[in-house]
Amino acid sequence: MSTSDLVINVEKLKRVVLITVAGRIDSTNASELDDVLKETLDEGHNNFIINLDKVEYMSSAGLRALVSALRESKKKRGDLVISSPSPRVAEVFELAGLTTGPTPLFTVYENDATAVGSF
Amino acid sequence: MGEENVLIVPGRFDQIRTITKFVTAGGEAAGLDENTLFHLELCCDEASTNIIEHAYGAEDIGTITVQYQTTKEAFKVTFQDYGRPFSPDDVSEPVSYKDVNELSEPDLGDFLNKMKVGGLGIHFMRKLMDEVHYNFDPEKGNELTLVKYMPDGGK
Repeated sequence: MSTSDLVINVEKLKRVVLITVAGRIDSTNASELDDVLKETLDEGHNNFIINLDKVEYMSSAGLRALVSALRESKKKRGDLVISSPSPRVAEVFELAGLTTGPTPLFTVYENDATAVGSF
Repeated sequence: MGEENVLIVPGRFDQIRTITKFVTAGGEAAGLDENTLFHLELCCDEASTNIIEHAYGAEDIGTITVQYQTTKEAFKVTFQDYGRPFSPDDVSEPVSYKDVNELSEPDLGDFLNKMKVGGLGIHFMRKLMDEVHYNFDPEKGNELTLVKYMPDGGK
C-alpha cells in the first residue's frame, strides 16, 4: 500500500525474506523502504533478497537505505543481496562502487530463484 | 540557443521531480541522449537533495533556483540557494568506492556516515558531469554549476 511512486512487496520464505520493489526510489520515499527493512529486521529476519527489476530509478537515498539494512543484516550474521536490478539501478550501484571488484559489498543475482538458492 | 530558462521552487523533496523534469526537458531539447538525460536527472536530484539536507538543513527553509542554458558546446545547469555554505570540496570522497567491498564493519559504518553528508551525490556529479563548479557569495548564496559537453562539441 503506497501513495507514492513506490510499491514494496514482502514475502517471507523459509530462509530469506524476498522484498520486491517497484517504481522510483528517491529522497521523497526512500524512508518507506527504510521502514520496511527495519521492521523486518526487528521481527528477527536477517537474510534479504531485494528484487529491483521493476525499479526504473534510484538515487543515493535508495542506496543509503540498502547499505543501512545490509549493515544491520551483517551484524546479525545475515546478508542482503540484490536480484535482477534494472539497467539504470545496476548503473547506480556500479557508480557507487558497491557491486564492483572481486568481493563486492552487494552480491547481484540474475533472478530470485538463484538468489534464494544462495541462502 | 544561449537563452536562459529559470525555475524557482520551495526547497522540499516533493519539488525535486519538478526540478529534474524541468532540466531534462531542456536537455532533451538540446539534443542530449537518453543515457545523458538519466545522468542529468540523477545529478539534479542529488544536487537538490543536498541543498535541502545540508545547505538548508530541512525542508521549507528556503527556495531553490534552477537555471539551464544551452550553447553549441555545452548544456549548463546552475543551482542556487540561500542556505549555509555547502561546497562539494568540503566533502572528501567517502572512502574509495572501489575499495568499499573490502570494508570491515567499523569502516562500513564510516562509509554509511559519509553517505549521510551528501558524499555519494557529489561523487555521482563528479563522475557523470564534465564540469562541476561551486561558488559561495554572501549576497547570492550557494551556486552549483553542472556542465555537460555537447557530443562532438556541438554541430
